Amino acid sequence: MIPLSGDIGNTKGVVRENVGSFGTTRGTSTLKRGFAHMLKNGVVMDVTTVEQAQIAEEAGAVAVMVLDKLPSDVRKAGGVARTASIRIIQEIMDSVTIPVMAKCRIGHVYEAMVLQETNVDMIDESEVLTPADENHHIWKWDFTTPFVNGARNLGEALRRIEEGAAMIRTKGEPGTGNVAEAVIHIKNVNTELRRIKSIYDAGDEQDLISVARELKVSYSILEETASLGRLPVVNFAAGGISTPADAAYLMTLGCDGVFVGSGIFKADDAKERAQAIVLATTFWEDPDKVKEAQKMIDERQSMLGLDTKNLDLRMQERGSTA
Amino acid sequence: MSGISIGVLAVQGDVAENIMATKMALEELGLEGIVSEVKTPEQISDIDGLIIPGGESTVIGTLSMVNGSLKKIKEKIASGMPVFGICAGMIMLSKKAKDRVLGEMDQPLLDFLDVKIERNAFGRQKDSFESVISIDKIGISKFPGVFIRAPSILETGKDVEILSKFNEKIIAVKQGNVLGTSFHPELTGDLSLHKYFVNLIKAKH
Repeated sequence: MIPLSGDIGNTKGVVRENVGSFGTTRGTSTLKRGFAHMLKNGVVMDVTTVEQAQIAEEAGAVAVMVLDKLPSDVRKAGGVARTASIRIIQEIMDSVTIPVMAKCRIGHVYEAMVLQETNVDMIDESEVLTPADENHHIWKWDFTTPFVNGARNLGEALRRIEEGAAMIRTKGEPGTGNVAEAVIHIKNVNTELRRIKSIYDAGDEQDLISVARELKVSYSILEETASLGRLPVVNFAAGGISTPADAAYLMTLGCDGVFVGSGIFKADDAKERAQAIVLATTFWEDPDKVKEAQKMIDERQSMLGLDTKNLDLRMQERGSTA
Repeated sequence: MSGISIGVLAVQGDVAENIMATKMALEELGLEGIVSEVKTPEQISDIDGLIIPGGESTVIGTLSMVNGSLKKIKEKIASGMPVFGICAGMIMLSKKAKDRVLGEMDQPLLDFLDVKIERNAFGRQKDSFESVISIDKIGISKFPGVFIRAPSILETGKDVEILSKFNEKIIAVKQGNVLGTSFHPELTGDLSLHKYFVNLIKAKH
């Protein structure tokens, strides 16, 4: 049975109806979080066109994420980044059998409603787009479609889950081709999980309450997370993954799978690279297979990437204090 | 007689939930046995029963072909090993699968279960649903059905026994020692289907 920590039953997103002689329920946490569980050990790839989506599916992507521009192009273009064209999202939904996700702006309830009506399989409330409301994320319990949210630390992750996120991706710094930030954040989350687990194991409820206050989350979700010793929802790594070795490394840090943004379709060998990253994510425990995957790509064709130290725009910080 | 060894195909999908459900099923039945992740042909050759979990069937199929696991599973099914395919796993076991929107697909299948499957038969994720179903034929009168972008079965061959239907759509079948469901028992906490499968393995062992 999957953990349902922080679940709020009977919300607007839960729909009861009769199908023939059967009573059915849609939009429950089991269905939303269960969908994310089906993606585990997989690679979700950012795509902007039907052609890229088909390359992703053929390479073994577990889902595609539709954007108007790849994150590195968002970074270059500046201006306001919004949800992708609905017409392109629909064309992609009609051309691949794997799940199709799309991004909406942080806090932009109506972009999310539009994506739900479009029938995408999951909505990413994403810092890659320009936030519509820095102080409030979307109250995701009002939706039947599941959400994934980014987080840099345990507090952010649990706050997003309390708002109804069915899946978390630990943020990196998108569009940089640099995996460093993703590594820091997954390690942050792991360290904090170990800390609350040890407090839980010691039976120190008083200390656990003070951690809940520090992280600005409810005691009940913190206690359940501490007892599990991991996030109560599926957690993928994201941001800056460019090579098979990057993906395999993040899997060793305990991620359930990876999102790859610009790393594939900003490289000159996208097709081979997509396949290679899938192989490395599946067989990450076998260094020989990861080596074979790494051999499929040419480093001279990797995206150039950016040093994350002196960026003008740090997307990861968007909405993180809320 | 030594304990039975049950493998969960660990290429992609909800492997951990099936391992936990199977371990609990063994315990409730009071049987000796081990449950482990299997990924390589060597690991698969050592097991007495296999669960192919939910996930994306295109991904599980392609990747288990890459390392030779698909061929090994085929051999083991031919020799009578019980297999339980859940959602994507049932698609993998089938002879024929088509997508509700895209039609016929060219994807690697195990080509055993004599059924024609419709992928994403109930629609996309927003249409995923829970409903109480019954699997009376194997003595389970009420079961919590969790359907996530679920497939259904359009046609069945003569050796296939239909175990359950939801609103006229076939959602559970059995052919010899091979069991397939459209829904996800491993997400529910109800162990009756996993216990049924463990008993199939025990009878064969």
